[in-house]
Amino acid sequence: MNILEIENLCLSIHQTSILDNISLSLEVGNIHAITGESGAGKSMVACSIMQLFPNGTHVSGQIKFNGENLLMQTERQMCAIRGNKIGMVFQEPMTALNPVKTIGAQVAETIRIHKAISREAANTSALNLLARVGLPQNRFPISLYPHQLSGGQRQRVVIAIAIALRPKLLIADEPTTALDVTTQAKILNLLKDLVTENQMAMLMISHDLTVVANLANHITVMKSGKIVESAKTHHLLSHMGHNYTKKLFFASRHIVQLPKYTSSDTLLRVQNVSKDYQLPRTRLFKAGTKFRALNDISFQLHKGERLGLVGESGCGKSTLVRAILGLNPVDNGNILLEDEPVFRANRPNFSIRHKMQVVFQDPFSSFNPRHRIDRLISEPFHLLPKSLSDRKRHDILSTALTAVGLRPEDAQKYIHEFSGGQRQRIAIARAIVMQPELILFDEAVSALDVSVKATILDLLADLCHQYNLTYLFISHDLSVVRSVTDRVLVMKDGKIVERGQTDRVLSKPTHPYTKELISAAPQLPNFDKF
Amino acid sequence: MVNLSQMLLYSLKRFISLAISLIIASVIIFTVIEIAPGDPAQFMLGINAQPDTVAALQEELGLNVPKHIRYFNWISGMIVGDFGTSYTYRTPVAEMIVDRLWISLPLALYALTISTFVAFLVGIYAAARRGKLTDTAVMAATQLGVAIPNFWFAMMLVLVFAINFQIFSAGGFNGWNNGIGFGLQSLTLPAIALALPQAAILARVMRSSLIDILGEDYIRTARAKGLSKHQALWRHGVRNALIPVLTIIGLQFAFLIAGAIIIEQVFYLPGLGRLIFQSISSRDLIVVESIIMLLVFIVIIVNFLVDIAYAIVDPRLRLTS
Repeated sequence: MNILEIENLCLSIHQTSILDNISLSLEVGNIHAITGESGAGKSMVACSIMQLFPNGTHVSGQIKFNGENLLMQTERQMCAIRGNKIGMVFQEPMTALNPVKTIGAQVAETIRIHKAISREAANTSALNLLARVGLPQNRFPISLYPHQLSGGQRQRVVIAIAIALRPKLLIADEPTTALDVTTQAKILNLLKDLVTENQMAMLMISHDLTVVANLANHITVMKSGKIVESAKTHHLLSHMGHNYTKKLFFASRHIVQLPKYTSSDTLLRVQNVSKDYQLPRTRLFKAGTKFRALNDISFQLHKGERLGLVGESGCGKSTLVRAILGLNPVDNGNILLEDEPVFRANRPNFSIRHKMQVVFQDPFSSFNPRHRIDRLISEPFHLLPKSLSDRKRHDILSTALTAVGLRPEDAQKYIHEFSGGQRQRIAIARAIVMQPELILFDEAVSALDVSVKATILDLLADLCHQYNLTYLFISHDLSVVRSVTDRVLVMKDGKIVERGQTDRVLSKPTHPYTKELISAAPQLPNFDKF
Repeated sequence: MVNLSQMLLYSLKRFISLAISLIIASVIIFTVIEIAPGDPAQFMLGINAQPDTVAALQEELGLNVPKHIRYFNWISGMIVGDFGTSYTYRTPVAEMIVDRLWISLPLALYALTISTFVAFLVGIYAAARRGKLTDTAVMAATQLGVAIPNFWFAMMLVLVFAINFQIFSAGGFNGWNNGIGFGLQSLTLPAIALALPQAAILARVMRSSLIDILGEDYIRTARAKGLSKHQALWRHGVRNALIPVLTIIGLQFAFLIAGAIIIEQVFYLPGLGRLIFQSISSRDLIVVESIIMLLVFIVIIVNFLVDIAYAIVDPRLRLTS
């Protein structure tokens, strides 16, 4: 029996068409996935079912839930359905919970809105629900506040809220996109179990094909507000009726060829580096404890070598990046670039800073929106010992822009005129414009769509051929690291737990944590099997 | 649920910073008024004073004692409630201040209550109806409230409510001895006049803060639970929107207590503002110095209370700061 049937759903916001003739259906006990790149309108399908629209939205068509057309319900009727018959889990667990209310109160609230029961009874239910989603009372009392939990734990709270009243339909909008691979695997398993246990149907929205392929019974591929292809998972993967589906699937397993590197000169030396953070005191007469973010880290990076660094959030990757760049001092050990310390006498060593550049994760917030591209890219020039002539400056800018696949004329534009992928190209142009000895890529492709990510990886391979780059590539995405690095370090709790040739480490891991990481990473089913 | 030990630790930290601010403020006030530039006795008596009169006053004020001892005498005097004797009125400064404080402090609190109450209603109403005609109208009204000079508004209030309808008195203070109601009655018009621009500013802050909060993900979560727009606003929006509002309330209190000079003139209220005004014109440095220190003390205490209120509203602050 179909619990949800969407027929000819069209949606526009302020006359801009967002969804065009969407039809799909979902059976009880099934998982239906909607996938596609950002801007495809996936999330708006979820919003339409919940009837939570931005201002100026116009909808037509039918959304039948349990035989009733949701589009014809009054707001009051929808309030009785939301959270009760339909539960929803969101993408960003860090902001999805109210920071000033306890997790127990937030779970209990869902129950108390829809059922006339006492506060105590609601709290008891909240307690059981939190235990069910993996937050047992002895370690996670209901009096905790959201900021005291990690991202994965917060997502469990959000799931507890969504399933509190055993809704018939659960909508999960990119539920694991913001989470680490191992956490992602656990949350996906939890969702899958809950669907079976509660006889729910789940509509899952994800841009990640690998996640979808392993979880859903049925997949719908969307592009620019339209359904491109929709079929049973097995059928879709084995037939690939549409070119766009093919393109998406191939982009997600994209592999690039890097030139071999031969040099044995050491460029970067990290020797026994440790760094502590002081934690705030929790008791009046108790000294605050320290958190060891980096614990005796040592490694070397040769000229022309591409080194990967993988690990989960909170393992110290970002602290290490900041330490190498000389932005923060370390408590112990040395970091030397070409035998010069990056941080000397309580100050960053500016004489070597121009030899390093960095590309950050978020192309939308890492640029000053009021500067033109030429100023953004040429900013590192001030590190040079003597200033460049305008002519020379212009030439270098044009070369860098051309090298990353943009045009020299783009130098006069502002950053908002570019898409996410183009912005990341600009970030790379900024990094290579100085011809630095070392580039740090800090999750540089993590925020990009699969097809954009593939083109950026191609660009990286091109630049390796052209400039003989040396880089440290930090990522949680093992398939990307496998493709663009020669050697890899695996980091956990501030320590390097395994290191070696990338192929060797990822195919024959020796440390249990590396094994866990690899098995948790979702993989596309092999095409040959179908 | 507030963790008491965390709360205590937080309050203690805030209290230490309060004490440090007070010490720094007292040193600055003392330095500016007593040390630099010229001689206070000469200043108080004017240019044409006889040298022996100046010497007598120096003796009386204790100016012939070394400066650091004078500072400690001043501070220790204030701690036990001895603010010195006014040169012009020949009465203890402490007595004068206490009398005036009984008008100024209730007036400030009264105005603060009115402005906060009005601002909350208006701000929340406008935020809930953002973008609609009523929101635009209310916001235009607050714009006007910020722009109207409060002494003019005070005169209008007198014209309408004291002269036309004769509900309130046009000025003066009946005192607290005839009952709280009588006292409050003479403070009502001044409090409204004082509160108007503050309420308008606060309402705008409340509105924009709440609108920001309403765009947060957890409001969407609340709606997905089945809360209506208004329930989500009241249960999840308002408390989160309070943090910037509290900051403004703390800053406004300082204005309400010290900035009431004009309003006190309009309504013939013998408050602190008038006392400062008179003491400055009669060059009574001892009174000026004491009142300024007292105002600083009140402002710092209010901001300490605002800090505590932050921590009650936002559990994250109890741990991290």
